[in-house]
Amino acid sequence: MTDNSTLFRCEGISKSFGESQVLSDVSFSVGAGEVVALVGENGAGKSTLMNICFGMPSIINTGGYSGRLFLDDQHANFKSPKEALEAGIGMVHQEFSLIPGFTGTENILLNREPVISSVLESVFGPRINALDRPKMEERSTAALGKLGVRLDAGEPVSRMPVGHKQFLEIAREIDRSQTRLLVLDEPTAVLTESEASILIEAIRKLASSGLGIIFISHRLREVMELCDKVVVLRDGHKVAEMPTSQTSVREIASYMVLRDKQKGGEADSGGRRDFSNAPIALKVRDLWVEMPGERVNNVSLDVREGEILGLAGLAGQGKLGIPAGIMGLKLSGGSMEFYGRNLPLNNPRQCLESGLAFVSEDRRGVGLLLDETIQMNIAFSALQIKKDFLRSIGPFKLVDDAAMEENAMKYIDLLAIKCNSPLQKAGHLSGGNQQKVCLAKAFTMSPKLLFVSEPTRGIDVGAKELVLNSLRRYNQDSNTTVVVTSSELEELRSVCHRIAVINEGRVAGILPATAPVEDFGLLMSGEGLGDDSGEGAGK
Amino acid sequence: MNIKSMIEAAGWPRIIIALFLLFLFLVAPLVDVKISTSVSDTIVRFGRNGVMVLAMVPMIRSGCGLNFGLPLGIIGGILGILISVELELTGMSGFLTALVLGVGFGAVLGWGYGILLNMVKGDEMMIATYVGFSSVAFMSMAWLMLPFKSKAMIWSFGGSGLRTTISMDNYWTNILSDFLSFRFFGQIFPTGMILFFAFMCFLVWLFFRTQTGQAMSAVGQNPDFARASGVNVDKMRIQSVILSTMIGAVGIIVYAQSYGFVQLYLAPLFMAFPAVAAVLLGGASLGRVSIVHVLVGTFLFQGILTMTPSVINSAMSMDISEVIRLIVSNGMIIYALTRRVKEVR
Repeated sequence: MTDNSTLFRCEGISKSFGESQVLSDVSFSVGAGEVVALVGENGAGKSTLMNICFGMPSIINTGGYSGRLFLDDQHANFKSPKEALEAGIGMVHQEFSLIPGFTGTENILLNREPVISSVLESVFGPRINALDRPKMEERSTAALGKLGVRLDAGEPVSRMPVGHKQFLEIAREIDRSQTRLLVLDEPTAVLTESEASILIEAIRKLASSGLGIIFISHRLREVMELCDKVVVLRDGHKVAEMPTSQTSVREIASYMVLRDKQKGGEADSGGRRDFSNAPIALKVRDLWVEMPGERVNNVSLDVREGEILGLAGLAGQGKLGIPAGIMGLKLSGGSMEFYGRNLPLNNPRQCLESGLAFVSEDRRGVGLLLDETIQMNIAFSALQIKKDFLRSIGPFKLVDDAAMEENAMKYIDLLAIKCNSPLQKAGHLSGGNQQKVCLAKAFTMSPKLLFVSEPTRGIDVGAKELVLNSLRRYNQDSNTTVVVTSSELEELRSVCHRIAVINEGRVAGILPATAPVEDFGLLMSGEGLGDDSGEGAGK
Repeated sequence: MNIKSMIEAAGWPRIIIALFLLFLFLVAPLVDVKISTSVSDTIVRFGRNGVMVLAMVPMIRSGCGLNFGLPLGIIGGILGILISVELELTGMSGFLTALVLGVGFGAVLGWGYGILLNMVKGDEMMIATYVGFSSVAFMSMAWLMLPFKSKAMIWSFGGSGLRTTISMDNYWTNILSDFLSFRFFGQIFPTGMILFFAFMCFLVWLFFRTQTGQAMSAVGQNPDFARASGVNVDKMRIQSVILSTMIGAVGIIVYAQSYGFVQLYLAPLFMAFPAVAAVLLGGASLGRVSIVHVLVGTFLFQGILTMTPSVINSAMSMDISEVIRLIVSNGMIIYALTRRVKEVR
C-alpha cells in the first residue's frame, strides 16, 4: 500500500515549555497513501507534536520549537494554522468544531462556499454574494463520497448522531482540494464500534486515493487493523517506529508504558499482602457517573478491607469519575454497599458520616478554602460532620481554635507541611503543601475508607515521595482502606496491592500490582488479556 | 514600612474618605457649623442605620451577594411595628412586640426569598434588586387594604388605608436611644441604641463562630468545597437569606425608634442602596465581609452624609441640603460599586 515517495517528514523535533521538555528529537515520516499511527500515553507528546506540524499559536507563543519539518522535501515552517492549511495539511481535532444549527453541507463548506456573483459585489465586495446552493450540495456529496459514507447532509448537525459529525469534520478537510496530509486526533474515541469500523474503512479509502494520514488513537486494535506503520512516543521520545506487520498489540502496549529503569521488570513487591480473604469494605454495582470528560458508564468493583486499590487508565476514560461519583460530587446512579450497609448515591454527607473520605484531584477547586487558614482547612470536614473542634460556651457551641491548632500542628509535623504557622492562608502554600493539607483534612476525619485522586499531580519529586509514603503509612498504621486514582502507572504500582484499569468508563480488568507492565498497557488500550497477545502479525 | 502596611490594611478608599471627613470637621467651625451638633448627628445616624448595614453580612458571607432585597426585611419589620401599634402597646412592651413580630415576618419572607435566590444562582443581585422593587410595589397596595384600625395610623379623611408617615411619638420613640443616655457637650448621646447595635454585631460575630456559621462562610467561599465536606449548600444559602432578612427587620425597628416615624409606601425602596454602599465603603467585597467593615463603613458613610450638606449649606448660605445629600449618597454608591467591579476582576 505504501509507495516510496515521502510526503511529510519531521526531523529532530524538540520542544520545551519552560523547564519541562515535552518532545526531544522526534523524527518520522509519512508517505503518500500511507497511514501512520501515532500512539502513546497521555502526556507523551502526541498533541504537542501535531500542534507543531499545524503551526498552532500555542507553540509559537511559547518560544517555537527546534528541528525541521519537510513537506514534499521542501522545508516547511508554518507560522499559523492558515499556512499549514494552505500547504495542504488538514487536521481533525478531538473536539468537534461544527455549528450545531447549520446543515452538514453548510458546515463542510463553511467559509469556502461557492457563490453566485451579482452586481452588488462590485460595491460591497465578494462577501455579499449569494451562496450557490446546488453547487454546495454537489461538493459536499463529492467529499462524503470520497469517504464512502452515506448521510443526509441537508440535516442540521444538531440532529445528527456523533458518528456523522465525525465524518463531516473529515469531509470538511478533504473538500479542500489541496489537502494531502490529514491528521486525525482520536477520531474513534467518541464512536461506537460499528461507527468506528465504517470510519476506518473510509480512512483506508482516503489513503488509497493518495492522501497521507496520521492517525492518533489509544485503541491499538484499530491501529493494527488500519495503519501501515506505528510510531510510539513516550515522555517526549520516539521509542519505536515499526511496520504494523512486524509487531503485535502487546509489543506496542509495552513500548507505551515501559519506563527504562525497570524495563520488563517487576514492580517492587516487598511486603505486599494478599487481601483476597479480607472482608469486602465497599461494593459498587453498575455505577454510572455524569462527569464531563470523565464519564463512567458501568463500573462494578469490590474494595477489600485494608488494601490499597489503584484506579489506572488514560485521561478521559472515567477513572476520576468513579470516586467523584461514589462520594456524591457528580450525578451518579447504580448501587453501593459499605460493609454490607446500603449507601445512597448523590449524598456526600452520608458518605462522610459512614466513614468515607475523599481527597479530590481538584485541589484549588474542591479541596481547599484558599482564603481560610491551614488549621481551618484541615479541621473543616471533621467540624461539620463529626462536630469535632467545638466547645460549649453558655448556650453556644463555638469553634475551638486551640484544638484546631493542635490538630494542625500534628499534621504539619507528620506530613512536613512547609508553612509559617497554622494560621497561614491555604492559598499561599505551594502545590505540594496544599496537597498535604488536603490529605491532613481527610486523615482528620479518621475514615475507614479513603479515596485519593491524583495525589501527586503537579507537585515536585520530593513532595511526591512524601505524599505516597504518608498514604502507605496511613494504610498500615490505621488499617484504612485506600483507593488511589492516578494517571501515573508506576506510582500506582509502587503503592497499591491491586490495580483496576479503567477504560471507556468500565473496568477493563483488575491486576495485582506486580503484574507485568505490558498487561496494564494492553488493558489501558482497550485490549483484553486473553490469548490474543500473539495476534497482530499482518492484517 | 509600618505605615505602608497599615495603609494597605485599611485600604486607600477608606483613608481618602476618612481624611475628607476629618477635613469637613476641621472646616465646620470656620463656616459656623457647631461641631458638637455634627458629631452628635453622626453618632445618632450611625446607630440608626447600623443594623441595616449589618443585614448585608450573612448573605455576602454565604455568597448570595449584596442584599439588594433589604426592603423585604424592612417590610417585615414595618409589619411588626404596625401590628404592635394596632395593639396599642406602648413603651418597652410595644417595642419588643414589634421586634418579635418583625423578626417572625422577616423569617417567613426571607425563606421564600432564599428559595427564589437558589433558583437564580449567579444572578442573585439582579434578582434581589427586583425582589426589593416588586415587594415594595406590592406592599404599596397592601398598605391601603390591610385592615388596620388604629387612629394613629390610618388616613383621617377616608377612614381607611395607612398613612405614608406614622409617628411613633405616643408609642416608643427613642426607647433604645434614651436608655442610659447622657449629655455630652450639650448633646444627647444615644447609649442604648449604640449598645443595642454593638450587641447585634456581637451576635452575628458569634454566629459565624458556630458550626453553621462556618459552613455558611465555606459555602460563600467555595460551594464545591462545602458540598464535598457534606454541607447542604442550598440550605445554608436559604438560612443566610433568612438571617439577613430578619436582621433587616430589626434594622428598621431600630431606625424607627430613633427617627420617630415609620415611613410606608416607597420609603423602604430607598433604604437598600445606602446600606449596600456603606458596607462596600467599609471594605467589604462580594466574597469577603466582616463586622469591622460594617462599623467602619456605616460610620464613614453616615459621617459624610451628615457633614457635607451642613458644611456646604453654611458655606453657601442657602438651603440645598437635600439635594447635596442625594448627590453625595448616590455618588458614594457609584464610587463603592466601581470599587466592587475592580475587585471582581
